[in-house]
Formats: sequence, structure tokens, C-alpha cells
Amino acid sequence: MRLRIFFSTLITALLIVSCGGGNSSTIDGRAAEIYPPGAEKCADSNGRTVTIYSGRTENLINPVLEAFACETGTNVQVRWGASTDLALLINEEGDKTLADVFLSRSPGPVGYLESKDLLGTIGSETLGLVEDQNRSASGKWIGFSGRKRVMVYNTDQYSPEDLPESVFDLTEEEYRDKVALPGTNGSFIDWFTVFMDVHGKDVATQWLDDMVANGATYYPNNRSIVEAAGRGEISMGLVNHYYNYQIKASEGASHKAENYDFNNDDIGSLLVITAATILESSENVEASEDLLQYLLSSSVQQYFTDRTFEYPLAAGVLANETLPALTALEIGSVDFDKLGGGFEEASRIIEASGILNR
Amino acid sequence: MNQIEIKRSSPVALRVIVYVLAFLFSFPGLYLIWRNFTEESDPIGLIKTQKVLAPLWRTFSLALTVSLTAAFIGTILAWITSRTDLWGNRLWRILLPIPLVFPTFIGAAAFIRTMNPGGLMNRMLDGFGIETVIEMRGFFGAWLVLTLFCYPYVYLPVAARLRQLPKSLEDNARVLGQSAFQTFARVVLPQIGSILAAGSLLVFLYTISDFGAVQLMRYDTLTRSIYTNRLINQPTALALSLLLLLLAAVIVLSERFFSRVTFTSEETLTGEPAIYPLKKWSTPALVIVLLTLLLSIGAPMLALGDWAADGISRTTRGGSPLTIDRGQVLESTWNTLTISVIAGVVAVLAVLPIAFLVSRYRSRSGTFAHAVVIATFAVPGLLIALAMRFWVLRTDWAFELLDNTKALLVFSYIVRFGSLAMGIVLVAVAAVPKKLHDVGQTLGTKRTPRFFRIDLPLMAPGMGAAAGLVILSTMKELPITLLISPLGFSTLATRIFSSFEDAFVAEAGIMAVILVLLSFVLTWFLVIRKADHL
Repeated sequence: MRLRIFFSTLITALLIVSCGGGNSSTIDGRAAEIYPPGAEKCADSNGRTVTIYSGRTENLINPVLEAFACETGTNVQVRWGASTDLALLINEEGDKTLADVFLSRSPGPVGYLESKDLLGTIGSETLGLVEDQNRSASGKWIGFSGRKRVMVYNTDQYSPEDLPESVFDLTEEEYRDKVALPGTNGSFIDWFTVFMDVHGKDVATQWLDDMVANGATYYPNNRSIVEAAGRGEISMGLVNHYYNYQIKASEGASHKAENYDFNNDDIGSLLVITAATILESSENVEASEDLLQYLLSSSVQQYFTDRTFEYPLAAGVLANETLPALTALEIGSVDFDKLGGGFEEASRIIEASGILNR
Repeated sequence: MNQIEIKRSSPVALRVIVYVLAFLFSFPGLYLIWRNFTEESDPIGLIKTQKVLAPLWRTFSLALTVSLTAAFIGTILAWITSRTDLWGNRLWRILLPIPLVFPTFIGAAAFIRTMNPGGLMNRMLDGFGIETVIEMRGFFGAWLVLTLFCYPYVYLPVAARLRQLPKSLEDNARVLGQSAFQTFARVVLPQIGSILAAGSLLVFLYTISDFGAVQLMRYDTLTRSIYTNRLINQPTALALSLLLLLLAAVIVLSERFFSRVTFTSEETLTGEPAIYPLKKWSTPALVIVLLTLLLSIGAPMLALGDWAADGISRTTRGGSPLTIDRGQVLESTWNTLTISVIAGVVAVLAVLPIAFLVSRYRSRSGTFAHAVVIATFAVPGLLIALAMRFWVLRTDWAFELLDNTKALLVFSYIVRFGSLAMGIVLVAVAAVPKKLHDVGQTLGTKRTPRFFRIDLPLMAPGMGAAAGLVILSTMKELPITLLISPLGFSTLATRIFSSFEDAFVAEAGIMAVILVLLSFVLTWFLVIRKADHL
């Protein structure tokens, strides 16, 4: 009986709390960091709505969207999900999709939508905000932040001076059975696509086959590699740079892994960009363009580098100094347009290498 | 003895309802067939390639092993907790269904973090000089973690059944000199046989649809091929999905056939169950229960709790703030609670007509509808979501009515999880003794009051267990919730996923702990309490 009272109280409490959480006209928390200082009240509604399908997670990007809504008075609606699944959903929905804007963790899913003719063309004013290499030549999508490929390693088993200068050295005997690869992960496939583009298909395929022959292990994603390296289950693995920051922040000293940066011009330290795009079917193009420009504004770019540990791509914002330095090769020599078409071929080669069964 | 009853044709209204239900439940299957045609997939051609045969075989052997183990463990646990005087039984009954609520993508990851080399368990045992070296991966890892998370599919319905069987039969057997074990094998087992088979079938089908656990354990099954091909090679992904559904259909039909042939006791007596004193067996029994709970709840909770505690202590120390706030957590908790309870109740109501048609009239359309509902469970959630979206967008009135609503979300949940309720409700309906019905009829009671006074109370434990299974599964559901829910609707599972994707392990840990606590309250309230009292 007492438990029943407890239970009904719990429900009532939840009910009250959930009803109380309506939209306030002020802004707080992390979103306030992005909003210009001094302005405390949000703008009145401008009657516009923009619907976003976001493959970037809520934890990272919701503050940015809240700040955008507050600053411009635009009504923002979001469907969160995995980039690949959202791309499939948009394809299924066709021109009936609710989405105006699609934000992807990596260029692959955007390339897929481009191949299905579902993307509109972004205005030149917006496109001009980033360097040429960080947007599609056809004007269909634009990069808005970057993640660097690095190697995470276990600090008990290795010190940085024992680690190689290039991913090409990982095929040597001394790294037998030591390296993990996230073979099915989107950013890994994107990275491998660029690898094929830069060094040629044969060289890239040979490298992967040699890695498999050298006992490389498969893990499903970046997070599980970083976590396994922290436990010492594996010695090292190729991942995106920022996962180690988050896990270290949570686990502290018991997480025994650090990022290692390959030599400057090595393909192993490529910058992979996140991509934004406007759907062909969108009826809210203006609000969508505004949002894309907002993502590339200095306050948001600053937020990306300081809070989510990503690389800024616009507005002259410098990367947070805790991030590994960027170098000449990464910016300026890679044509991300190749990703759309190359993605499929890269996946086939990765599957054929047999890494997924290791 | 039921000859007259069987020949009597079923009411037209009931048959029409069942046809409609079967049609609604067949959306994912029809979608797969349609897309295979339009994308010019070649499932037949694909089936001969090694690329398919090897994963297909791995899928089948994993599903078979997991379902057999889960059937074994689930039955033992059900018998111990509902038929013996084991210490703490009321508590065990609330705890044992809980592993069902772990979404496999984080449950398996947490399990790995505790159990694998260098993990939490390893660090603890290090203090005693013990070094664990087993790495959870491949077939072994997938088998263990899926068995631990899936045994409740067997445990819950079997326990509900066991608490209903009268002691008279078992007493007779004991008086006639049969040992407790013989009594179980000869008297109890035949009576729980069909529900045991139904539960094991669910484990089998869940295993072939699962992606999270096999992916993290790096075991290459058919679902993993579907996921790796879904964007880059859609025709192959769709063909593989259709093969998965066909495999499921074959298994479902053979189970029906097997059950019919093997377990004839469609209707059973009910009454107070027999309770056996364990005496010298109480220690082993307690060890079994505790070991199961330690592995299935303790191991993942250790890692999740550790993440959550790190996160909370980090914020109180003034370290980097969490990326979720209290309002978001409460909102998702409330959404999770309401949507899953609604889905659970509606799912039971939705399968009830099918259960009636199948067990009371043995009609062919009933059997067909039943097979459609159950086989759909093998279709991965992602494909169900895409299928539902596909159909709604192609029907104007449905689009107007359902697009971007919670109704569509609940509908999709029911298509995904209706199977969980189907088998159990079917057995519950079949178990209502005909004699009682005849008595009611003779006494002049009409059909509706008869349903409420006779059928419903007898079916209640089964229906409670069925709703419980659907609720716990809905609470952790991910792909459908992400793709079908109205814009801005988040559940604990979707927020756990978001956090975990970008390695915000503290946030994921906190919400996973809340999810488990919520399931604890719900299990206690809906499954145990209701079932015990009615």
C-alpha cells in the first residue's frame, strides 16, 4: 500500500515536472556561451521554421540550435539519429520529407543523398564562408567542423617515441596483432576513400591487405577502440581524435590511453569534415541558409573547438590549443567531392580485405 | 473431446478483425518484397554465394544455441522462483525480468567493459591475485550476452504459467512415488511445454534480428551484413533482409507444427500452485539465481554505475559540466514510461482477437495471422521503421492522419513487438477451461459478461506477462523511436544512444541507470503485483 502511494506520487511529480518544462524566452546553460554577451532575452518569433535531421548528436549540437532559435526567433525542430539511418530515411521519404536541413557526421551519407538527387544547391554567400576544399564543388553541401584521424594507444604498453611516423609502418612485424581498425565505421570508410584518392587504389588496398596479414583487429567503432585501448585490451587503433577527450574526462586516470599524431604529411592524420546540406524539397530555404551561416559564425565555430574539441573551418577561428596541430596536407590537398562516389568502392575493398572477421 | 467446438465456424466479425490485423502486421514484409522488386534485388541468386551462406549459418547456429540456453535457464529460474520456498523469492521475481531492458548496444558494451581483460572485474580480482583472461568476443561473447539479456523472454511467461498450475496433479504424482524431478518432467513440463516453446521462439527470433550485441562482440551474422550494406549496396541489404524474414517464417511455422504435435494439453486446470521445500537444495538454487543476476544485471550495471558515478562526482567537483540537464532527463523518463505502457497495453489488445481465433476456432486465417505477427519479430527495427514510413507516405489519408504523431510510433512499436505478446496471450486464451465456459453458458450468462468474469481473470497473469515483455522491450527500443517519433520526442534510449555515440559515457551511464530503475518499478507494479493478485 505504501508502495502504491509512492508510485502515484512519483507519477504525479513526473507529470508536474514534464508539464513545467515549456519553452522559456531566455537562454541558459551551454547555449548561453554561444549567444552574444549582454543579450539576455530571446528574439521574438520570426514566423519561420526549420526542421533538421541531425546525425550530429544532441549532446554536441543542441546548444548551438537553441542559441540559433533564441537569437533569430526561428522555430527549430530536430530528429536525432545516426547519419546513415537518417540518410536512408530521407531517401525513403523523398520529397515528402519533413527535413529542410541534414547534418551528417561525415561526408559519406551526404554523398549518398547527392547520388539520389535529393539535395538542393546552397547559396554562394554561404558556400563562400569556408575554403574551397571544405565544400562540394557542385555546391550541394558544406563542411562545418573537422575531426582529425589519429592513433589512440595504451600508455602502459607504448610510449610515443616507440610509435611510427606513418600508418604505412603499421604493417611491419613489430606491430603484429597490435592495431585495431574500425572497419565498418563511417569516418574510417571516408578516410579510406581519401587514402585511395591520394595514394591510388592499389597502394591503399595493398596497405589494408597487409594490415590484415599483420593481424590487425576489427572493432565496430571509434568509441569501442578508445575504450579497449584504455583497458589495455589492444595496444593501439586508428580513430577520430576527440573520443579520447570525452572518455578521459569521465574516467580519469583509470583510462590509460592517449592520442598519437602521425607525422604531419601522413595520410593517417587526415582531417575528416562534418557536412551540412539543404534538401531539394525544402520550403524553408531562407531559414535553412541562415542556419548554415550560423553554424559557420565565429561564436559557433569557437564553441565547436572549445567545447566539442573539433577543428573550426570558418570565420578565422583558431583550433583550441589542446588539439593536435593541423598541417599543410590536411587542409588544401584533399578533394572531398570524391567521397560520394568513392565511398561505395572503399566499402567493397574494406569488406573484401577480410578485416571484418578479425 | 473438442470436436464440435472445432468444427463450428468462427464469427465473421472476429475473422474480419483478424484479417485487418494480419494486414497491418504484414507491412514490413510487404515492404521488403516490394523494395526487392523495385531495387531489382536478387535474393535467390544471392543465397548461393558464400557471402550469404556463411553469415546465414552463423546467424542460425547462434540463434539456436542462444534460444536453447535461454530456454534452459529461463525455465529453471521460473521454477525456482515460483514453485519453491527459496529465500528472497519476491525480490528475485522483480529483478529477473530486468535484463530485458538493456539496449544491447550499451548493455553489451558495459558487459565488455566489466568482464574483458583490463576491465573493472579484472581490476577487482587483481587485488586477490587472480587474473581473468577470457575475452568476450565472437560466438562465445555473442552467445553469453544474448542469453543473459534474452532469458526473460522464457522466464516471464513460464513463471506466469507455473504460478497458475494447480497442485492437485503434482500432488498425485508425488503420492504415487514420483520424485520431484520425475514430477517436473512428466507432469509439469507437458503443461508448460507450449509456452516454453513460444518463449524460446522469441529468443531465437530476437537473436536473428539483433545488431547491437553481435556488432560489439564482432560476430559476423546476417544483420551485420545488412547494416554494412545498407547505404552502399541497398539491393543486397534488402535481399538479405528478405532472407532473414523467410528464415523466420520457416522457424515460426515449424514451431507451430512441433508444438501442436508435441503438446496436446491446450486447456489446463488452474488452482493454487504447489510449493516445494528446497531443503538441502536451497544453496545451489540461490547460487543459480544470484549468478544469473550478477552476470546479467551486475556486470553491465557495474560499468554503467561507474560511468554514472564518475559523471556525478565530476560535476560536484566542478569539472566539465554534463551535456544533458535535469529537464531533459525527466522529459525522456516520462516519455519512456508513458509510451511504453501505452504500447504494452495496446499490443496485448491487438493480438487478443488473433489468439481467440487461433485457439477457439483453429481457423486457417488465424494460423496465418499468428505466423505473420511472430515472424515479423525477426525483422530488424531499422527496417520496420523504414517500412512504416514507406507505407504512411504512400497513402494520403494515412499521411494526413498519422504523419509526425505518437499514434504512428505506437503502431510501429506494436508491429515490432506484438509477437512478444502473441505467444503468451495465445497460451493464456487456450488455457481457459472449456468446462467453465459451458457452465457459464448453461447458467445463461451472455458472451461479454462471460469474457469479463471467466476468461479475463484466468488470462490475467499471462496478459500481464505479455504486456510486461512489450513494455520492457519498448523502453529500450531505438531505431523506430529515432526515425518514427514525432519531431522533438526523446526517450531515455534515444538520449543514451546520442550520448554514447560521441562517447559521453557519464551521461549515457546516468540515463541507463535511470532506465533500469524505471524498469524495476514497472516490473514490480505491472507484472508481479498484478499477476500475484488476480
